[in-house]
Amino acid sequence: MNEYLWLIPALPLLGFVLNGLVAPRFGKGFVKVVGPGVVGLSFALSIAAFCEMLQAPGQSITQHAFTWLESGGLYVPIAFVVDRLSGLYILIVTGVGFLIHIYSVGYMGDDDEYAFWRFFAYLNLFLFFMLLLVLGSSFLLLFVGWEGVGLCSYLLIGYYFDKDSAATAAKKAFVVNRIGDFGFIVATLLIFMNFGTLEFAEVNARAPGVLAAGGGLVTAITLLLFLGATGKSAQIPLYVWLPDAMEGPTPVSALIHAATMVTAGLYLVARMSGLFVLAPTTMAVVAIIGAATAFFAATIGMAQYDIKRVLAYSTVSQLGYMFMAMGVGAFMAGIFHVMTHAFFKALLFLGSGSVIHAMHHEQDMRRMGGLLKHMPITGYTYIIGALAIGGVPLFTAGFFSKDEILWQSFASPAGHPLLWAVGAVTALMTAFYMFRTVALTFFGESRVDKHTAEHLHESPWTMTLPLSVLAVLSIVGGWIGIPHVLGHGVGIGNALEHYFEGFFAKVPAEVAHHEASTELLLMGLTSVLALGCMYGAYVLFSRNLARAEALKKALSPLQKLLEKKYFIDELYEWVVIKPVYYTSKLLLWRLVDVRIIDGMVNGVGNGVRHVGGALRIIHNGVIENYAVGIAVGAALIFYFLVY
Amino acid sequence: MSPGFTQTDFLSIMPEMLIFGMGLVVLLFDLFGQGRSTRNLAYLTLLTLGAAGYLDVMLLGQFLPGFGGSVIADDFSIAFELVFLVVCALTVLISIRYLEDRGLNHGEYYALLLFATGGMMVMASGRDLLMIFIGLEILSISSYILCGFLQQDRRSNESALKYFLLGAFATGFLLYGIMLIYGATGSIALQDIRAALADPATFQNPYIWMGLGMLLVGWSFKIALVPFHMWTPDVYEGAPTAVTAFLSTGPKAACFAALVRILFEALAATRAEWQQVFWVLAALTMTVGNVLALHQDNIKRMLAYSSISHAGYILVALVAGGEEALAGVIFYALAYTLMNTGAFAVLILSSAGDRERVNFSDYAGFGYLEPALGAAMFVFMLSLAGIPLTAGFAGKFQIFKAVVGQGYIWLAVIGVLNSVVSIYYYLRISVVMYMQPATGDSISTRPPGSVPLYVAIVGSLAGVLYLGIFPGGWLEMSLHSVSRIITGG
Amino acid sequence: MIPVSHVLTLSAILFGIGVAGVILRRNAIVVFMCIELMLNAVNLGFVAFASGMQSMVGVMFVFFVLIVAAAEAVVGLSIILAIFRNSGTLNIEEFNLLRW
Repeated sequence: MNEYLWLIPALPLLGFVLNGLVAPRFGKGFVKVVGPGVVGLSFALSIAAFCEMLQAPGQSITQHAFTWLESGGLYVPIAFVVDRLSGLYILIVTGVGFLIHIYSVGYMGDDDEYAFWRFFAYLNLFLFFMLLLVLGSSFLLLFVGWEGVGLCSYLLIGYYFDKDSAATAAKKAFVVNRIGDFGFIVATLLIFMNFGTLEFAEVNARAPGVLAAGGGLVTAITLLLFLGATGKSAQIPLYVWLPDAMEGPTPVSALIHAATMVTAGLYLVARMSGLFVLAPTTMAVVAIIGAATAFFAATIGMAQYDIKRVLAYSTVSQLGYMFMAMGVGAFMAGIFHVMTHAFFKALLFLGSGSVIHAMHHEQDMRRMGGLLKHMPITGYTYIIGALAIGGVPLFTAGFFSKDEILWQSFASPAGHPLLWAVGAVTALMTAFYMFRTVALTFFGESRVDKHTAEHLHESPWTMTLPLSVLAVLSIVGGWIGIPHVLGHGVGIGNALEHYFEGFFAKVPAEVAHHEASTELLLMGLTSVLALGCMYGAYVLFSRNLARAEALKKALSPLQKLLEKKYFIDELYEWVVIKPVYYTSKLLLWRLVDVRIIDGMVNGVGNGVRHVGGALRIIHNGVIENYAVGIAVGAALIFYFLVY
Repeated sequence: MSPGFTQTDFLSIMPEMLIFGMGLVVLLFDLFGQGRSTRNLAYLTLLTLGAAGYLDVMLLGQFLPGFGGSVIADDFSIAFELVFLVVCALTVLISIRYLEDRGLNHGEYYALLLFATGGMMVMASGRDLLMIFIGLEILSISSYILCGFLQQDRRSNESALKYFLLGAFATGFLLYGIMLIYGATGSIALQDIRAALADPATFQNPYIWMGLGMLLVGWSFKIALVPFHMWTPDVYEGAPTAVTAFLSTGPKAACFAALVRILFEALAATRAEWQQVFWVLAALTMTVGNVLALHQDNIKRMLAYSSISHAGYILVALVAGGEEALAGVIFYALAYTLMNTGAFAVLILSSAGDRERVNFSDYAGFGYLEPALGAAMFVFMLSLAGIPLTAGFAGKFQIFKAVVGQGYIWLAVIGVLNSVVSIYYYLRISVVMYMQPATGDSISTRPPGSVPLYVAIVGSLAGVLYLGIFPGGWLEMSLHSVSRIITGG
Repeated sequence: MIPVSHVLTLSAILFGIGVAGVILRRNAIVVFMCIELMLNAVNLGFVAFASGMQSMVGVMFVFFVLIVAAAEAVVGLSIILAIFRNSGTLNIEEFNLLRW
């Protein structure tokens, strides 16, 4: 029985239709029930599907919905597949999505009714597309979801459209993602050309036969796919849109720009692991870009004051981590981190949202401090999230997944000690800046202005409940992937490894043997240093702000560079946007000029008029010029016929 | 050939005869019913179109050459005729309120639409150059009048004049081309030309090349390929909006039908040459159309440039040739008709009274005023942009798939790049509708409803989604209908 | 006897004059006359070919071209009349309300 799979995406779609079209009649109460309700049902079905998949032969269940196209040897079915990868993804998407929907009921509660139903309509629509993306059995459905989630992200970033910065941010996200999309579509075309099908299973299975390993074609295809992934998952050089995307409401940042949509790029790479392992060059590129992004974004995160921006750069950085894992062939580790990251990053974003909610939309950490006593649940859950992302050893989810990535980047055949080093340093910085936010926000002296301070309050249960659930998950979520070196002694196996056994393609190389002691040593080293960084940040930013300021002064040029995000936005502005703008302006100017010339020439007389030649072929409304256009076109045609 | 006509002769042109006959009837009714509402004439027109559609469906699967082979009723012509009937029906539906708002109580409008539709049908079923030419002229002359239908409006006058002068100019080229082909092959029947070109001596006759060039010039103008496109935005902007919807869909489809017939049935031997020309023109057309559309503030004008770029996409299919690609032409013709006319229908519905609401800024906040209309417009724009699960995507998919299959990867890449860019200006209208606060200038009251317009919008919407989600049926028919064209049988 | 090719050359020249006229002249009626010239160049070509090949098809085509030209003239002149009424000019360069 798997005819119900289509319901998993269809329910949120139903929610979208209800919220978008019917809700204005029934008011907020209706939306409050329908919005999270459909997602909850979808979550329940996802669990059912997941359990069924675990027992199904072939470890996957498929529902063939209908045949989209059948022509000339091409057969394109619309089918939903729940397998090891998509099964995990739908649980994350609907589960975290459900919690965030509940949270939004509280968070968006103050918005007027119009905005309220619009918000939930968009959010439901987003889940629909995201589920299509992960459930689709072929590039076709993936593409539907891919474009769809991009669209929703765009709509939700620009949700507060009366704010200029929101509109600009939405536009930026849109344009940057177009570049990625282009890579994705061309890669799809190339795949179709060479395989004659768009089904994932078939492409992966036949890849070694159709494409020469390490050949130019497979490298081109995978690089183009990766270009698509860098757009959606905010990697260098296309990461610039994600920090700006924080202009959207905080639940959106949590759901779309941290937990789900931005991991679509990773999903794509993991899904196509059969292709990627054939292209060592691409794998190296993926690993290096991932590591570079992780490091680069973490450094920027250290100097930001806007709490959401810190989290945004942290997201970019963590996504880089995951790509690094995939680049060294550790697809499982990457997906593991996708999952744990979804828990703790959603938690952190929602926590920051709770703070922002209480602070009347103040996001600058310099105006916070000492909030723990006012909002204990938010505070403690946030700290748990920070502990998890910082990788406090042995009990937080972040530790297990992060450590797995670090170890793989060191020990995997495609890994390199240098990758490990970059990853480790990044981990330390992560621990540092996360505890900087904790200290600045929840500890130390209160820097809250008087008016706001009077109204400080813990958030309603609709917001704290999801926080608590996520906090639990941020701890226990990692226990499914306990590494052998730790688990073996106490008799705990690595459940995740068992789960993904034989699912991902492997990098064809001999597995180097590493001593368990090496693994333990590296693990211990990073853990202790991370703990040190956390403590240091805590001490520095909760009790010794003056010293932190002094430090900042001492490092002034570096600090400036980081605070301004390496001036990358400015660089893009100067290198890409300005030139394009001025070129078009120049063209426009020429148009105007030509019009003026036209005007003068019309007075002078016939003879001179046609000297303008090719320049005159412009839309200036005069029939003769259009006739000239036809004549030139005729010449062009004859030229090509003769030539 | 025996003298006299047979039943088959008339059977093959039944739908056309019905359309032209009823066009005259509408004209007569209008003459005698002066001053009364023209709504009934509109309904009569719709009835006629339905009846013609019924006849067409009856003729499906037949292969009936008529009148000495100068016309034919085969699946190719019927598939296109069905598209034209849909175009015309949608145009009638969106015209009713448009004309009433402007107090234009002229029944000949519907007669002209019928004549234009008949002309298109003759173009699709004509099997010699004379028939195709006559069909084209019936269509063109009716269109000139339709463009200038708002007699008192200078913009409408100007639109008609531009269309007329440039259209006639292009017709000159087309005729010159026909004349040269006739001179070289001694015939105007497509089959005979094909047979004559099998002879190497004829094939190398320079008249053939000059004739081919002239023909291409003429058709390129009619289809508005870059750089023959410059009349399009002006004419479309000035014409009554309902007529613009008609012009940007029907005549283009008809020209493609005739062009496919001429190029694949008669001039297949010269394929290598025109293919090269069309490669360049297709790349130019897609790119220039899109780039110019990016800069428009007037939605009608934006859609005009968009129609240019869509002609480019269809042209890509002609470059590729082959059954798959040509089926894509037919498929795309219907898909484009539905999504484009749907968009125009929303524009017309919003332009209540005689004030046209065609600037982007008019629609700020419109999505909240009219959520359903805004959503419909959104779907049409997604389809025009080629987002999956809409008709536009299915059409582009079919064409680009065929093109890639034939190895024209660069043309496909240019096409993809263009459709990625086009998303930007198509979605701009939805962005304005949903993400910009209403200003004093934008539409502030809900426009009055109109049943025919609702029917048009809902119909197009259903069609767009149906073709997007279940493209199989229409594609099957398209594939089936082009098979004989390719083999030249 | 005058060979067909000479007539065709004349036809080509007439066609060229027509094209040049459309591009260069700016009175709407004159432009239209130039288009008529192009069509007549076509007619001449058809007749020449028809006589050269002893085929009636070309002659028949000429009739249709004439008919179409007449119909075009009717419609075209009424359009020109309408625009002249509204704007008081026939200079096509002044008809540029519609432009980018």
